[in-house]
Amino acid sequence: MATHAATHDHHDEKPEGFLDRWLFTTNHKDIGTLYLVFAFIMVCIGGAMSGVIRAELMKPGMQLVQPYFFNEMTTMHALVMIFGAIMPAFVGLANWMVPLMIGAPDMALPRMNNWSFWILPFAFALLLSTLFMAGGAPAGGWTMYPPLVLQGGNAIAFMIFAIHLMGISSIMGAINIIATILNMRAPGMDLLKMPLFVWTWLITAFLLIAVMPVLAGAVTMLLTDKYFGTSFFNAAGGGDPVMYQHIFWFFGHPEVYIMILPAFGIVSEIIPTFARKPLFGYRAMVYATACIAFLSFIVWAHHMFTVGMPLGGELFFMYATMLIAIPTGVKVFNWVTTMWRGSLTFETPMRWAIAFVILFTIGGFSGVMLAIVPADFQYQDTYFVVAHFHYVLVTGALFSIIAAIYYWWPKWTGRMYNEKWAKFHFWWSMVFVNVLFFPQHFLGLAGMPRRIPDYNVAFADFNFISSIGAFGMLLTPIMFFFILWHSKKYGAKADARSWEGAKGLEWTVPSPAPHHTFSTPPVIDDSALAHGDVTH
Amino acid sequence: MAQQGAYYVPHGSRWPIVGSIGLFTTVFGAAHWINGNDGWRWVMFAGIAVLLVMMFGWFGTVIRESIGGMYNRQVDTSFRMGMIWFIFSEVMFFGAFFGALFYARSLSVPWLGGEGHGALTHDVLWSSFTAAWPTNGPQGIGGAFETMAPWGIPLLNTLLLLSSGVTITIAHHALKAGQRKKLLAFLAATVLLGATFLFFQAHEYIEAYTHLNLTLQSGIYGSTFFMLTGFHGLHVTLGAIMLTVIWFRCAKGHFDKEHHFGFEAVAWYWHFVDVVWLGLFMFVYVL
Repeated sequence: MATHAATHDHHDEKPEGFLDRWLFTTNHKDIGTLYLVFAFIMVCIGGAMSGVIRAELMKPGMQLVQPYFFNEMTTMHALVMIFGAIMPAFVGLANWMVPLMIGAPDMALPRMNNWSFWILPFAFALLLSTLFMAGGAPAGGWTMYPPLVLQGGNAIAFMIFAIHLMGISSIMGAINIIATILNMRAPGMDLLKMPLFVWTWLITAFLLIAVMPVLAGAVTMLLTDKYFGTSFFNAAGGGDPVMYQHIFWFFGHPEVYIMILPAFGIVSEIIPTFARKPLFGYRAMVYATACIAFLSFIVWAHHMFTVGMPLGGELFFMYATMLIAIPTGVKVFNWVTTMWRGSLTFETPMRWAIAFVILFTIGGFSGVMLAIVPADFQYQDTYFVVAHFHYVLVTGALFSIIAAIYYWWPKWTGRMYNEKWAKFHFWWSMVFVNVLFFPQHFLGLAGMPRRIPDYNVAFADFNFISSIGAFGMLLTPIMFFFILWHSKKYGAKADARSWEGAKGLEWTVPSPAPHHTFSTPPVIDDSALAHGDVTH
Repeated sequence: MAQQGAYYVPHGSRWPIVGSIGLFTTVFGAAHWINGNDGWRWVMFAGIAVLLVMMFGWFGTVIRESIGGMYNRQVDTSFRMGMIWFIFSEVMFFGAFFGALFYARSLSVPWLGGEGHGALTHDVLWSSFTAAWPTNGPQGIGGAFETMAPWGIPLLNTLLLLSSGVTITIAHHALKAGQRKKLLAFLAATVLLGATFLFFQAHEYIEAYTHLNLTLQSGIYGSTFFMLTGFHGLHVTLGAIMLTVIWFRCAKGHFDKEHHFGFEAVAWYWHFVDVVWLGLFMFVYVL
């Protein structure tokens, strides 16, 4: 390998062979593509699992699957969607866009970048293999609470090791992103001139490095409790099962923001482009992001109000949680104000971005409701919680990812997509996602518990409607795939600046972006930056 | 910040995918093994072997490229940032176990003893349990045990690690001053101090298992004691191996006064395990 280092060093063309191109690659664009393809496959697998869940719940009574298998589906759906779909999709976008946005030739540590990605398929092979194992896949919920999770079969060890691998992948990916942003910016690309997507990813990467090791520690304790006789979560030995929940959610709450901060960044790129105005309050957006990240470390116990905590703890975590609404409110305000009196057009990425602002805010509001301790005693473990986090994760994180793909697709492929079909895809998703998740608020408020395959007949109508929405949503990956395939094959050629109002370094390189970009540092023109000169 | 001039982007590499296969094989074998299929441990060992091959290959490539002068200052800074953030992630990993220790000592054990919030558990399940530390819980999991006295071997180990922090700093200064003999001598002393630490740690474990009945199964005390000191010992082992590699690289003349990031990275790592030990000595042994 070292032998062709001399001939192979800098700005060569794409590698010839398939293995050289995809398996041994050090190219940020190819690795970004790998991440995005992987995430798409995982969305389909996780989506199929949600299809099983909603099919079973379409009518009261047991219909299709055994209760234990239903629990396997809820557990695996969450693990696959969180660690396999949303997080890798954002990392893929970071891989593609961060070097382009800061004028870097590639990621700071390109070989480690390759490794970060190529651990993931193995981690998920390990996790998904448990579906075919005697005793079945993990079924104790993705949060893996003891003692329930420890009563699972052989699959538990596989799940824990899979999580270790995902953690290694995430930590290396995050280290790479931080090193890239701090060390690889073109001269003149000051920190406060960086596009907001880069800022949000810088902070997200910090969160990842801070909390993925804590998750690794938590699941290691599970492993030793199950297999080696330790008593971390065993009260008889002086431990405490609630301690697991504290450690887990110390990871889990920053994890929530890991899945939404990059979405904030994406929306902050798209809205100014189609409003043809600079982002309102750029600095406030940066500070609000940092503020949310800080608060994410001191609110974890709001996930466990009902398990028992001293009153002072409940109050602290309630107020700290409600504080998050302030920086988040700043963000929503700034997005709306960016659009205010802009010359707006509504191309597909903008539609997804606006849908994000509206629907994510609904998810944010239900989050504030859940933060109120006495109310949470009612909502805990009901479908209201399910509705809440699907509004932030599907209409929040996933919608922003789809928006980002539509927005940067012309840059990646040099082709435009079919605007009419894309709008159909948007409206279809917009309608069915609300049909799917909005009734779940009502179900939760009426008391329907989550993670149970059967329910009282009183909940029948809303469940039926919700399942119709789910089946509608299940068609959207097929639509999306078809639109992208058609665009790649037959789409109209895209300009370097694919959108009229688009600013920022990524639009100064040709579309499709060449295999190697910025082999020498670009000259930064402040007036052409995404967020302009923020000093005045 | 980037300086003017050409960027460096390395060529493709097969080692990452080899590493992924190694990781997968290791944990796939390990998961079958701990589920009671003893034969699978060989799969795990095969995976570890693949990982070792990967490390030799990957580090070898990087060392060759580094000696070949292919890395500029920007690459050097990226490596530094990579190492710093890696150590930060390790700090957070230990943080989880220290967190478990603090939580058990200041919350869950007093609650089991009937204090405040946990009163009902105490009354209903284990009303005769009195909160104390060390403990193996209301059911005395693992049986009665004694703890390790802090002022014997643990104190000695503290002194060993602290001195090793001094010797590695002297070695670093020697490297910067170009005094090769002094560098090699003090680096060797550092490895030796680390190895002695590990020897005493092993001795302590044997002592705990054979004479004190203090085992990994000794309730929450045994769990936190062995997981914290065990993971720390593992890190000392890795650090000592890394120092040994660096000793050989110094002997071969890989480093000069300005360019010796490999040395510095390992030195940072060594200081990190040193600091973790101070935390352990305080909170696991003394307090």
